[in-house]
Amino acid sequence: MVPLTLPELEKTALKIRRHVIEMIHAAGSGHPGGSLSATDILVSLYFGNILKFDHRNPKAEKRDRFILSYGHVAPAYYAVLAEMGVFNEDLLLNLRSLDSSLQGHPSKVHADFVETSTGSLGQGLSVGAGMALALKSKKAKEKVVVLSSDGEQNEGSHWEAVMFAGHHSLGNLNLIIDQNCMQVGGMTTEVLNLEPLAEKYHASGWDVYQTDGHDFRRLLTSLSNFNNKGNKPRVVIARTIRGKGVSFMEGNEKYHACTLSEEECKRALNELVKG
Amino acid sequence: MEKSMRDAFGEAMLELAEKNERVFGLTADLSSSVRLEAFGEKFTNRFFNVGVAEANLIGVSVGLALEGFIPFAASFAVFLPGRCFDQIRVSVCQNKANVKLVGSHAGLSNYGDGATAQSVCDLALMRALPEMKIICPADANQVKKAVFAAAKIEGPVYLRLSRAETPVFTNEKDLFSFGKAEVLRKGKKLTIISCGSLVYNCLKVGEQLDAEVINLHTLKPFDRETILNSAKKTGKVLSVEEHSIFGGLGSAVAEALAQDPVPLKMMGIADSFGQSARSYSELLERYGLTSEDIAREAKSL
Ligand SMILES: Cc1ncc(C[n+]2csc(CCOP(=O)(O)OP(=O)(O)O)c2C)c(N)n1
Repeated sequence: MVPLTLPELEKTALKIRRHVIEMIHAAGSGHPGGSLSATDILVSLYFGNILKFDHRNPKAEKRDRFILSYGHVAPAYYAVLAEMGVFNEDLLLNLRSLDSSLQGHPSKVHADFVETSTGSLGQGLSVGAGMALALKSKKAKEKVVVLSSDGEQNEGSHWEAVMFAGHHSLGNLNLIIDQNCMQVGGMTTEVLNLEPLAEKYHASGWDVYQTDGHDFRRLLTSLSNFNNKGNKPRVVIARTIRGKGVSFMEGNEKYHACTLSEEECKRALNELVKG
Repeated sequence: MEKSMRDAFGEAMLELAEKNERVFGLTADLSSSVRLEAFGEKFTNRFFNVGVAEANLIGVSVGLALEGFIPFAASFAVFLPGRCFDQIRVSVCQNKANVKLVGSHAGLSNYGDGATAQSVCDLALMRALPEMKIICPADANQVKKAVFAAAKIEGPVYLRLSRAETPVFTNEKDLFSFGKAEVLRKGKKLTIISCGSLVYNCLKVGEQLDAEVINLHTLKPFDRETILNSAKKTGKVLSVEEHSIFGGLGSAVAEALAQDPVPLKMMGIADSFGQSARSYSELLERYGLTSEDIAREAKSL
């Protein structure tokens, strides 16, 4: 696939955000805040050609492995996959309905395109590290990309994986942190201070890049460091805004997990028009 | 009236902490979900959100308990006990630490989030642990009493709560006897044993079918005597739970009946994980736990 241009990426992201709102409204519950902060990152990964991925064959042996470790932002992930052509867009409104492949959190029980079930925070990076080890030992050229959140950095098991990846020189393991500075209980600085986050990764043997998670040019520059070579895993810490793109959701705690009323849905969609 | 057990839990914690200065409230970044927000605002020095870190939540609670406090550690039941079983096994149970574990959103009640958030194995985990006591209240009224009872018990307690808005049907004034199976209704045709929010459905079915209905709100210690007496009297037992049929209430009943055989039919979630749905009732229907399902199985026994 030819990577999209910057204006095309903006346009795609807008469409994804609209889907996110409509999906969560239809489902009657979900996590709009994180889904909107993750949107530009997900769009960059798939439409900026950071991931080697064939939508006609999502489980091709020669694919980059992608793990959405904070599974609650599944709506944005599903919308991106539909936009890529993995499944029909009409399916999106089945989010969270009985027997749907679009479960509240990515579920391998219900969907083949998912690499691993997530939704219980703090497991994705370990699984990613195991896949990276496996790809290395198979001498495969593909890389592993894990998308995590700042709240997820609280989990001890995540740091077990950080140390493991550094220790085993997993140069094919790549991590992005959606740093929207909020978790369920409020600001991350108030719940459990993570800083200096970059230094912690450095100290564990990682290469660290910091970027703006809503500026496609900068985001793509940082993500283009992702590869399968070298002996250091790498992390892109992307500063984001929870609820990005919908003024009344931006930085608003209420929109971590909630229902979206008809009225909220309309207001949000009204804002998500320019492209 | 319908009310969620988690709301009753939040209210009970406020009252309890007012009366007992040794009570702490802790959570792993789910204070709003487990209704500990008001507690946190009122008892700022006795509330801690440790972050999304369930293993640490248990360790910190144990430390507080070993120094004489009574910590109530609350999260979703999938994560607590699910995420920190070994911390509970070693630090809580081997120390006989006075920690109260609160697993909210148990069973299928977290219907939208799907399988990773639906706790259908927690009773099996907790039942297997020496020193652990398990309370599974049937409605919001009983939750309040269970919270106070748990605080009185010296040692580990697991309190299992539902997220759903469920009927409040037990009497506020009735005594809560920890460790004692509660015969809600006398009957002749069969015995229906349940715990948690499904007890209400069982009671309705019991009324139609002249069944004896037992609310086994304390799963451990297990009130063998009441269960066996009722089973022998009616000659047939139906167990109903919002949990895997492996290792939960039905298994506890089966273990007792195996030594004193009475025909038993176990209703629960048949070896599967759960999934997302647009409503709680949709899931109860899918997994065969509605009143109609219970009545059908009861009749077929
Ligand atoms: C192991 C585990 N514990 C608790 C939860 C419940 N939970 C869901 S999201 C969340 C924290 C949200 O923080 P973050 O991921 O930074 O949220 P974002 O703003 O990115 O949506 C928690 C505690 C969980 N999913 N997994």
